[in-house]
Amino acid sequence: MVEKEPIKASEIDTKFKYEITKMHGGEKLMRCFQCGTCTSDCPVARFSETYRPRQIIRMTQLGLKERVLNSDTLWLCASCFTCTDRCPQGVEVASVIRVLRNLAAEKGIVPRVFKEQVSSVLDSGYAYKIPELRMKKRESLGLPPLPKGNPESICKTLRGLGFLKHLEKQGE
Amino acid sequence: MAENKYLIFLGCAIPYRVSAYEISSRKVLQKLGVELVEMPEFNCCGLPLDPVSHEMMLILAARNLALAEQKGLNILTLCPGCAGTLKKVNKVLKEDKALREEINRHLKEAGLEFKGTADAKHIMQVLIEDVGLEKIKDTVVKPLTTLKVAEHNGCHILRPREFIGFDDPEDPKTLKTLIEATGATCLDYMDETECCGAPSVGVSDKIALQLARDKLNHIKMVDAQAMITICPFCHIMYDTNELRIEKMFNETYGIPILHYPQLLGLAMGLSPEELAIGELRVDASKILKQIAEGEK
Repeated sequence: MVEKEPIKASEIDTKFKYEITKMHGGEKLMRCFQCGTCTSDCPVARFSETYRPRQIIRMTQLGLKERVLNSDTLWLCASCFTCTDRCPQGVEVASVIRVLRNLAAEKGIVPRVFKEQVSSVLDSGYAYKIPELRMKKRESLGLPPLPKGNPESICKTLRGLGFLKHLEKQGE
Repeated sequence: MAENKYLIFLGCAIPYRVSAYEISSRKVLQKLGVELVEMPEFNCCGLPLDPVSHEMMLILAARNLALAEQKGLNILTLCPGCAGTLKKVNKVLKEDKALREEINRHLKEAGLEFKGTADAKHIMQVLIEDVGLEKIKDTVVKPLTTLKVAEHNGCHILRPREFIGFDDPEDPKTLKTLIEATGATCLDYMDETECCGAPSVGVSDKIALQLARDKLNHIKMVDAQAMITICPFCHIMYDTNELRIEKMFNETYGIPILHYPQLLGLAMGLSPEELAIGELRVDASKILKQIAEGEK
């Protein structure tokens, strides 16, 4: 995160916070009064020099949209939900971060590991490509066959999402 | 709905690389009279898609729940991530009519509808709530009384508390109680509820491994002979990475990581082979020997 760069007034998107509070999980963003419980209880922040959930929340409140959405640290959250459970103001911190990730993803900013899982689900119904060998091994272990994953049916249900097309384009 | 009959939900990580968890779970559930029904129409629970598209996650989770509703059965998952996702989406869609209608418009394309009549439970919840501690204790024929272990819960079966509503995320007791039912001692240690780090793998392996190392350190401090997990991701994090961590930090742990059903299975008198203990990366022969000697 480029915290050391001075903030220019032109960078501030004053409507950004309302964009977030309209989204599922982001509703309580404005309740945050920066106590820092989230950062001090965050297991990732303990080992990261840059990941600070409190800072992400504050930047979001301030409307530093581009900085937040382009920040690598957004993707470090382990989604353990400790911050959400302990926030004295009831902010769903981890969900605000997820909302921000979703918005970044819409702009095409997604680390490869997440992108791969999405395309794997669309192709096979599973987040990881399960090798044929594994399937055969199940038989020899006496395990029932795996659900087929049903990618056709999944894609049918997801067809209505404009998002899907966007993602496919990126994969090309 | 019949109390001890469930649709088994495997998710992605277990068939991909944690079959020992599935094998041992099926064995102990069978012993406890829990009937598992296969459901070929299931797909990924949706959780891996949440960082990219919340809506996609909701649709996938609702699809699985709608399939279970059609069968008139509740879901049993082995993965806390799947359980947490299905529970959360179930609650949200039951309460938010507008959202439910929106998701149902998507499901309709595949001839499905979410109504909110099926539950999703993690195996730990089924064991403690539906099977019951007494029945579990009755199946223990070889109590593991000489064994001292440490537990590690998966975050998503506890948090966020508001949506999951199972056990106390700050001081979880279920896994401890289940471990003690096998006769083993479950030790307390520092930062017990801390995340394993698995979700950060691929984004920052370094941070993920440091988190896992921290946990191994805390467990070593209390001289635990094994760590007991109930999550495929946590298990991969510790079992697969323990040797890597040892090399990276020039440390020695040698702590085997067992799936809870493996521990319970041993106490039920099942053999290590039946419980696929040989699939563990970290050698568990020392504790197996100790258990065998304890019987004499």
